[in-house]
Amino acid sequence: MLGKGIINGLTVTAWNFFGSYFSKSRLTTVQYPEGGNTVTAFSRNIPFLVFDDANAPIDSLRCVACKICEKECPPQCIYIVQDKDANGKLIKSPKIFDIDISVCMGCQICVEVCPFESIKMDSHFELAGRDRFADLLLHREQLAKSNDYYHKIHPAEAREVDDRLAAKQKKAGPA
Amino acid sequence: MNPASTLPESPVLPPRDYQVYSGDDLATNVLEVAMGPQHPSTHGVFRMDVSLDGETVVKLKPVFGYLHRNHEKIAENVTYLSSMPYTDRLDYFCSMTNNWAYAMTVEKLTGIAVPERAEYIRVIMAELTRLQNHASLVGFFVNDLGASGTPLLYAMREREHILDLFEWASGARMMCNYFRFGGCRNDLPPGWLQQCRKVVDAFPAFMDEFEKLLTENEIIISRTQKVGILPRPLAINAGITGPMLRASGVDYDIRKVDNYGIYNRFNFRVPLGEVGDCYDRFMLRLLEMHESVSILKQALDSIPEGPVIGDVKARNFRPKVGEAYGRIEAPKGELGFFLVSDGSPKPYRYRVRPPSLINLTVLEDMCLGHKIADAVIILGSVDIVLGEVDR
Repeated sequence: MLGKGIINGLTVTAWNFFGSYFSKSRLTTVQYPEGGNTVTAFSRNIPFLVFDDANAPIDSLRCVACKICEKECPPQCIYIVQDKDANGKLIKSPKIFDIDISVCMGCQICVEVCPFESIKMDSHFELAGRDRFADLLLHREQLAKSNDYYHKIHPAEAREVDDRLAAKQKKAGPA
Repeated sequence: MNPASTLPESPVLPPRDYQVYSGDDLATNVLEVAMGPQHPSTHGVFRMDVSLDGETVVKLKPVFGYLHRNHEKIAENVTYLSSMPYTDRLDYFCSMTNNWAYAMTVEKLTGIAVPERAEYIRVIMAELTRLQNHASLVGFFVNDLGASGTPLLYAMREREHILDLFEWASGARMMCNYFRFGGCRNDLPPGWLQQCRKVVDAFPAFMDEFEKLLTENEIIISRTQKVGILPRPLAINAGITGPMLRASGVDYDIRKVDNYGIYNRFNFRVPLGEVGDCYDRFMLRLLEMHESVSILKQALDSIPEGPVIGDVKARNFRPKVGEAYGRIEAPKGELGFFLVSDGSPKPYRYRVRPPSLINLTVLEDMCLGHKIADAVIILGSVDIVLGEVDR
């Protein structure tokens, strides 16, 4: 019969439409921001810098300004200047560590190449700002976040990192 | 004062020499229409310069390059690992298979071995990618036919379950960046395989629903059968690959031909079309989804425990001098990467063989003699993603 296929198809549409009034599983739309947390274990958005001492966030950054991430970053969104001490000698700390989050694509390459476990991925994603340039260029002060925060967002990964760092310190001998 | 009166007077045009035509010797010109690059049915910034005789296509010229992002040259100026996130952006529907093709080429170049579990994860991810690509393609195809919205949204609803799985495992829904040279970036999170099995088990119900909704629909049949026929010799000579080639009846699936990865361990069939028209291409995608579900079930049954990545250094990765070509059966066809290494951390030459671009080359041959509305669905049945065509 001509038209049987169309009628069959329309029953599917009707089933889906009326089913959505009775079955929760057919209501697939999630409301934002009311609709629950969508952050998963490996979620990544932009990087942040890990520090260990909550009293001196900038001084206890793990970053040693080796610039490996700056070189490896695919879209080249990281800018690092190494700090100098009072005598003008280079020290292992960044004076400037900027990430242009309008360029960053959250690929996690910087995290993978970092030998010092100092840069990790954040899962915070509400980053809109009012200024096109200033609000989207994050400096080390904004990027610095504590190790506790890292444990909070990626617990399993952070434990692994802590174990690795402890093993490394043990190998290097007690300071 | 009337403001219009302040305007300069418009020049008086000379009277045109209008002719009145009548009857059979109606003189018409071939009308040239630029469809795109902003046309909604061209799947992105793609332009078809069509010449129309009435409504019939007499000439068609595909124009692309609007989304050119210099992918190959960028990749030659960054390290091997840094190109991996850029491969996601080739065919942004299938980032997992793009990753796989690139990782496999580098593994060929350097001889890195992949652990057992990682091979299984790759097969699972690739087949999930195929499922979501074909599901959304069929949705878009029916959307091009004029069934605006409903089937497409059913397809997108199913795709969402698979994207959730991707996000859970890799951290991103579409730009997964999950595979690494010698394995995968991280192991699957606990509970992932169970959820994946749930999604895979529920998928045939969606396909049945979809087939009931569409395949016997008289309008779809009359609009797609015998439309856009791609003859078998032309398909072979033009280098067409993937579902388009198989819809023309050529038994060529790189999963079977090359047996790359661990595909020889799975039992699956390669569906083939007979006529090579739009309906065959549409049905072939539905049949391929059934086979993908069967591969997924076998892989989920037999995935072993173990490491997911070998001992590959992330920094200072320098392959020895040489060249390699790796290819996989991506959902759209043969996706190949060609790499030439000169021993430095950056590739000397990096070339992508995209399936979409090469499948697009026969567009004119398929469209000639059909109506312009059919040209839209023929383009839809080719399955292009402009990120990959233009690179």
